[in-house]
Amino acid sequence: MSVLKLEDLHKIYTLGRGLQVHALRGISLSLQEGEFVAIMGPSGSGKSTLMNVLGCLDRPSRGRYLLDGRDVAQLSRDELAEVRNHKLGFVFQSFNLLSRTSALENIELPLMYDKGGLSMREIRERAMEALRRVGLEDRADHHPSQLSGGQQQRVAIARSLVSRPTVLLADEPTGNLDTRTGLEIMEIFQELNDRGMTLIMVTHEPEIGRFAKRRIVMRDGRTVTDESTADRANAREEKNKLPVLVEEDEEGVLT
Amino acid sequence: MNPSRLLLIALRALRRNRMRSALTAVGIVIGVAAVIATVSIGGGARAEVEEQVSRLGQNVVLVFPGSRSLGGVSIGGGSANTLTVDDALAIQDEVPEVVAASPEVRSQRQVTYGNRNWFTRIYGQSADYLRIRQWPLEAGRMFDEEDVVRARKVAVVGQTIVDELFDGADPIGEVIRVRGMPLEVIGILDRKGMSLMGSVQDDIILVPYSTAFRYISGRTHAMVINTQVYRSDLMPVAQQKITDLLRERHRLGPDQENDFTVQTQEEVARTATETSRVMTFLLGSIAGVSLLVGGIGIMNIMLVSVTERTREIGIRIAVGAKNRHILLQFLTEAILLSCAGGMLGIAVGAGLSHLLAYYAGWPVHLSYEAMGYAFVFSAAVGIFFGFYPARKAARLDPIESLRYE
Repeated sequence: MSVLKLEDLHKIYTLGRGLQVHALRGISLSLQEGEFVAIMGPSGSGKSTLMNVLGCLDRPSRGRYLLDGRDVAQLSRDELAEVRNHKLGFVFQSFNLLSRTSALENIELPLMYDKGGLSMREIRERAMEALRRVGLEDRADHHPSQLSGGQQQRVAIARSLVSRPTVLLADEPTGNLDTRTGLEIMEIFQELNDRGMTLIMVTHEPEIGRFAKRRIVMRDGRTVTDESTADRANAREEKNKLPVLVEEDEEGVLT
Repeated sequence: MNPSRLLLIALRALRRNRMRSALTAVGIVIGVAAVIATVSIGGGARAEVEEQVSRLGQNVVLVFPGSRSLGGVSIGGGSANTLTVDDALAIQDEVPEVVAASPEVRSQRQVTYGNRNWFTRIYGQSADYLRIRQWPLEAGRMFDEEDVVRARKVAVVGQTIVDELFDGADPIGEVIRVRGMPLEVIGILDRKGMSLMGSVQDDIILVPYSTAFRYISGRTHAMVINTQVYRSDLMPVAQQKITDLLRERHRLGPDQENDFTVQTQEEVARTATETSRVMTFLLGSIAGVSLLVGGIGIMNIMLVSVTERTREIGIRIAVGAKNRHILLQFLTEAILLSCAGGMLGIAVGAGLSHLLAYYAGWPVHLSYEAMGYAFVFSAAVGIFFGFYPARKAARLDPIESLRYE
């Protein structure tokens, strides 16, 4: 059964003086449960717009967007907020954690807006469970400024998982990270995917795209290729191939 | 969203920026504290006026000179020389409802005893004055008719004089001096305590009015005539008769205004209370302005923080916050700040009032009603000045917000 289905999706931005930008020109795709898709393409290809529409932060101008069998394309802002809260998890390039707020409280954030009536204790337990899943249970009280970039991204992943979403959306998740930590994030993604999580990841790095099961390349608001990854890489193996004690500058050479 | 969850979100957000939150609340703290302090002082002043006037004595009618007018312009009551000692004697003799009348003349003088000296008020009064005021003696005797007739240099002193000039020792029979003139102390007044605005009523020397006119004040006319009436229901009659008598004595034609004012203690009290009420209102308004400024401070900081917290808002919306959640969060933050500021302001205001009562000797009357109003008002300030920034926050575009640096 398809988890997510786009049918002839268009997005047109109207700028001033009647100027229109056709950011998405008819995207159709279907995602099965447990897929791991990388959306790739140069800047301006429309992948960010697609991500915003997939993330229910923006509504398409035309077309259908079925999420879990429900058309979310024309929902109200409040209904979209509920979809984001329950069905979707977000991981951003710049982590987007609340500063001066502990890792645990950051992870609790989506559940604070949950309608389900969870008690604060249940919220705390689920946040702790999510933190354990990314291996940072000993950093629960640390603020983002006390964490490395990789750790911050892991906290962000924990936050995206805490509401048990149907699909996890990642926008350039390794863009602000070095090679090793980028591989660590990919390792977590592959693990999550192995356990059945559906992932969509936007990246412009072909290196990172190799970790997905399926790659979609976009250009000028259209998909140009959509194929399963023949040479799929394993993030853990790649990480283990890296020299054990790498200096900062050696790592730069490796990339 | 349930209210406790909302409260927790707002509290966590405020905790993220403790310094900013504290400074925002300070504006409200100052405003509320100022309101509470001024209202307390005003209330204290009013209570004091009422008490002081009631202590004037029972069934007291006061006759003040004036209002005299110069070319149609009133130059104020109490400033004219229209009341004489004979007026007082006439009131006592010719108005049957009047028990006693005492012409009063006040002076401020340096008084010495041995090598000590003290600046105090000397009141010239008749022998009946203590009876009119219902002021008992602690020791000795009051001067009598004879002392008044002969303008004897005798004095009845208040407790402050005993403390300051005699160091608490028995002053009866001792001689104090006013500008070299000797005065024999013949009596000590009972302790009265503080009066309005901290003047000590015990800081007083009573002398026969004749002595005061002749040797001390240099005046020729009474500043007020204190009169006591037999019964309270006779007061209006007495007032009318005193007025008629004085008009006749002052030879005022039917088209001429009174050159004196006859007032009962209640009327005096009403005037004084009204004056202090107006004062309180005036001071309270000024304090209210500072509360308003505090409210604008909250709005200012909230507006700035909406911009500064754009990304936070974006994150919250991305993880599922609805627009109204953001609106309510910012509104709750503003209300929390203003209410916390309000409560702290009440505490500071009450403390300030007590401090003033203790050090400046001002009478202070803490009004729980004013506290209630101040608190409700500060909450209202939070809602009013928090709403606009909150609405602005709720209307942010999540996509833009997430990209905001």
